[in-house]
Amino acid sequence: MSNSSQKRSGRYGSVGSELDRILDGPSEAELEKRGPELFPGLEDRGIGAVRETEEPEEEPEEADSDAPGEAEEDETPEERAGRGGRPADDPERGEHAEKPVRRRSKGPYRFISGAFILLFVLLIGHLVYFNINVKDDYVNSTYNKNRRTKIARTISRGSILSSDGKVLAYSETDSENNETRVYPYANVFDHVVGYVTSHDTSGIESYASGSLLTSHSNIIDQVINDILGRKNKGDTVVSTLDSGLQEKCYSTLGDYNGAVIVLEPKTGAIRAMVSKPGFDPNTLEENWAAVSEDTASARLWNRATQGLYAPGSTFKIITSLAYYRANRTLDKFSFNCTGQLQVGEYNAHCFEYAEHGEEDFRAAFANSCNTAFSEIGLELGADRLTGAAQSLLFDTSLPCDIHAGRARWNLESGASQEELVMTAFGQGKTQVTPYYMALLVSAIANDGVLMKPYLVDHVESTAGTSISKNSARAYRTVMTKDEADLLTDLMKAVVAQGSASKLSGKSYQAAGKTGSAEYYKGDGSIGTNSWFVGFTNPDDPDLAIVVLAENGGAGSSTAVPMAASILDYYYSR
Amino acid sequence: MSVINTIIKYLFIFLMLLFAFKDYTYLLRKDEKKKKSIIGTQIFIVFLTVILGYTILIIYTRSVYTGLILAGILVYFAVTLFLWHHLYPKASMLLVNNMLLLLGVGFIMIARICMAPYIDRGETLTLADLKSLQVVKQLIFAAGGTVIAFVIPVIIRRMLHRLQRLTWLYAGFGLAALLGVLALAQISGGAKLSITVGGVSIQFSEIVKITLVFFLAARLSRDVSLKSVVQATVVAALHVIILVLSTDLGTSLVFFVTYLVMIYVATRRPVYPIVAFLGGVAAAIASYYLFSHVKIRVDVFRNPLAVGNTTGYQTVRGLCAIGSGGWLGLGLCRGLPHTIPVSSKDFIFAALCEEFGAVFCIGLLMVCMSMYLLIVNISMTIRKRFYKLIAIGLGTVYAFQVFLTVGGVTNCIPMTGITLPLVSYGGSSVVSTIIMFAIIEGFYLLREDEEEEAVIGYKKSSR
Repeated sequence: MSNSSQKRSGRYGSVGSELDRILDGPSEAELEKRGPELFPGLEDRGIGAVRETEEPEEEPEEADSDAPGEAEEDETPEERAGRGGRPADDPERGEHAEKPVRRRSKGPYRFISGAFILLFVLLIGHLVYFNINVKDDYVNSTYNKNRRTKIARTISRGSILSSDGKVLAYSETDSENNETRVYPYANVFDHVVGYVTSHDTSGIESYASGSLLTSHSNIIDQVINDILGRKNKGDTVVSTLDSGLQEKCYSTLGDYNGAVIVLEPKTGAIRAMVSKPGFDPNTLEENWAAVSEDTASARLWNRATQGLYAPGSTFKIITSLAYYRANRTLDKFSFNCTGQLQVGEYNAHCFEYAEHGEEDFRAAFANSCNTAFSEIGLELGADRLTGAAQSLLFDTSLPCDIHAGRARWNLESGASQEELVMTAFGQGKTQVTPYYMALLVSAIANDGVLMKPYLVDHVESTAGTSISKNSARAYRTVMTKDEADLLTDLMKAVVAQGSASKLSGKSYQAAGKTGSAEYYKGDGSIGTNSWFVGFTNPDDPDLAIVVLAENGGAGSSTAVPMAASILDYYYSR
Repeated sequence: MSVINTIIKYLFIFLMLLFAFKDYTYLLRKDEKKKKSIIGTQIFIVFLTVILGYTILIIYTRSVYTGLILAGILVYFAVTLFLWHHLYPKASMLLVNNMLLLLGVGFIMIARICMAPYIDRGETLTLADLKSLQVVKQLIFAAGGTVIAFVIPVIIRRMLHRLQRLTWLYAGFGLAALLGVLALAQISGGAKLSITVGGVSIQFSEIVKITLVFFLAARLSRDVSLKSVVQATVVAALHVIILVLSTDLGTSLVFFVTYLVMIYVATRRPVYPIVAFLGGVAAAIASYYLFSHVKIRVDVFRNPLAVGNTTGYQTVRGLCAIGSGGWLGLGLCRGLPHTIPVSSKDFIFAALCEEFGAVFCIGLLMVCMSMYLLIVNISMTIRKRFYKLIAIGLGTVYAFQVFLTVGGVTNCIPMTGITLPLVSYGGSSVVSTIIMFAIIEGFYLLREDEEEEAVIGYKKSSR
């Protein structure tokens, strides 16, 4: 007997352990009490032998309902049933039943402990899942700002790269762990890449702050850095910006204040964004007071996304859409332009009082004829214009990774005729940002579907492993394909024979609209902002482009050549 | 200093995982010597963890008075271990070790949170400040609970029949206490979960956890007829309903699940818990529409970030802390756990994740699970049906409470607002949990006795 017992514990060392009791009941005690001679074949049957002695789970219960409250009640009904009810295949049972044999109902225990183990596994699994897939959303959320600031002391800010791999911003850490942010391109990417100062943050630096201050570098490196008291390097943010194109846009805008935006209509990736005047982010911390208090030129103001301007004739795109929606055709329109039109007190006139003569809708659009569009505005009325504007994201916050203003619609139902005609050709109280116009033309280029614009292509660890990637996502359909095609035709004509003819005859095809938006300068004199909005290769659009040069004169003379220069560069390299 | 902190951070993780590992190897080992050495290792880990934690706290608070608290904790631990070992030589030291570890982790985390003004804002900790610190109060309550705990095994051995006959007293006390709290809360006009008696604020639901289990065990150990089951169900349901009305959703769920488990173990008929479970699901769905506080929790659960500054404020702050901690934690005193609402109570798991890291917390959960398995084991092997049911009932209370608080804080399930037993700050909670484990310890001792009798009985009859 003792031999057999030793053998058993040797081979099945864990048979009687407490863990087994949890799963199988008190097998050891049971075996001990019955004597191993009961189970001669135990070595072969293993734990299964214990299981075989269990009562069937569906054991009848009746015996229990009358259980009296005496001391002996403590046996479960099964014990009692088991003692009397077991068949005679085991002659020794009766004898052993006199001893405190523990025959327990293991069914409920096994089920319950199994269920609770599962709950614990669920908790652990969820914690693991959270740490792998979810935590970044919380770590980078605005609710975690204070903690991020504190963590920043242990992580050095990651780099920002252009899509072509040029470093736009990086951190230098000296031997005392002091960090300096370096911007190799100085002013060129000032607004869009942004800055981090003790006063404020902006641009991609602000938008991607969470990623820049999260380190996905290899865990062993992290541990080593941690122990040596070195900062871990934050992840690298690779932007959608094209360094060559951005430089070209920056130099082309020259000394003008204003903005240039280039983006891909099919994906929403922003390839360049320039705003002037700007600042040198390398020295911004030291020069903060001087730069931020320069209210006259508002150098920290990103004109591309926040500057509000009268749209000028670029607004005729929207008026045309409203006209088409009201009439379902442009063919019935004809107008004889005499250079001016008296509307109430207001004398509407074409740019420099040009007389366009007899024109159909397409010619009126291509010539950017203000008097024809005054007539169209009067015919449409305020409500139809408002309807079109509202469908095109006026007074709505625009999808943007960095801070962007709304386009402002300002035309009441009962507006005067003067106001109505001025709005119809873009000189009313309505105001747009260059960014708004960029989204509008890119939606037209993309068959009416506005893609969600984005500035960060992907985030990678310092080792180059991709952490997260942005991809093209549709944001909203703002017009039908039919409407988009119609506006594209109108805009093609502007390049073919209208005010943007300097863009014709290129290696690429362009479509667009010029604008010469008059405004009152600070001294009360009238200035003209020069606009061009458009896109290239309408059949398979590559780029949408918006150029705004403050006080640049006619769109055709300033903004169009700038756009041409930028696009020539893009298609020639 | 930063290097020390970091090294200790990794030591914490190592010690916690080693402790959990020892818990499970203990369950598998049969050799008494090896078991003893495991117990020794665990005691070492408990002391080392607390000493390391307080080393950091002393450095960061720049105060010797923090050392005074450490001394208090070490004395408390040493006396507790000594007394269990000598008063009850057969006691399960594994259970005691687990309790002390959880209490110790709590003592570190609660101290870190309540000392935030001294750690993060540079205020000076004076002797007079000590008595208002949560950690000191927690230590006093734990010590008080432990004193009571030492009497419990004696009561269990001597007073089975008397305890079993008090069926309706348990039910009466439980319902009266919960109703009293509800009524007072109505009068004071807010969600109040405690009553102040003689200057001490008592959270009665913590005591009722035990009395409800006793009631169900007393009722169902004598009689599992339909009538008895219905009686048990009605009383349990009343408990749950009063708690839902008191907006104490966590405890009401704990009661409900405990009832399900006990009724299943007592009757062995799956039909009872299944019917009750379906009823509970129906009630839960109804309460989603009836009570705005239930709906709010579910809405927060679905998308916490969308309501991060309103109803999801707590949950989002907790998840930000957990996420920021990542796998390895920020290190003790290097995060901002005190900016999580109720971080020393309901959200202590988030605070732990933030500074100790997810790996450490997974170890902690493994320890909690081993506690539960230990209790289930005792429940299975003890003979007396009344005690058997109490053991599985208390085990369920413990395990499900861990599930609710950890699941809620990590947004695995909707937040219910309940403490992590032994770790969270709370006098009533820590005292009642210590008593619960003392009851289990009493059963363990009883089982050891039974086993001895059984072996003697077997030897006699086989001769």
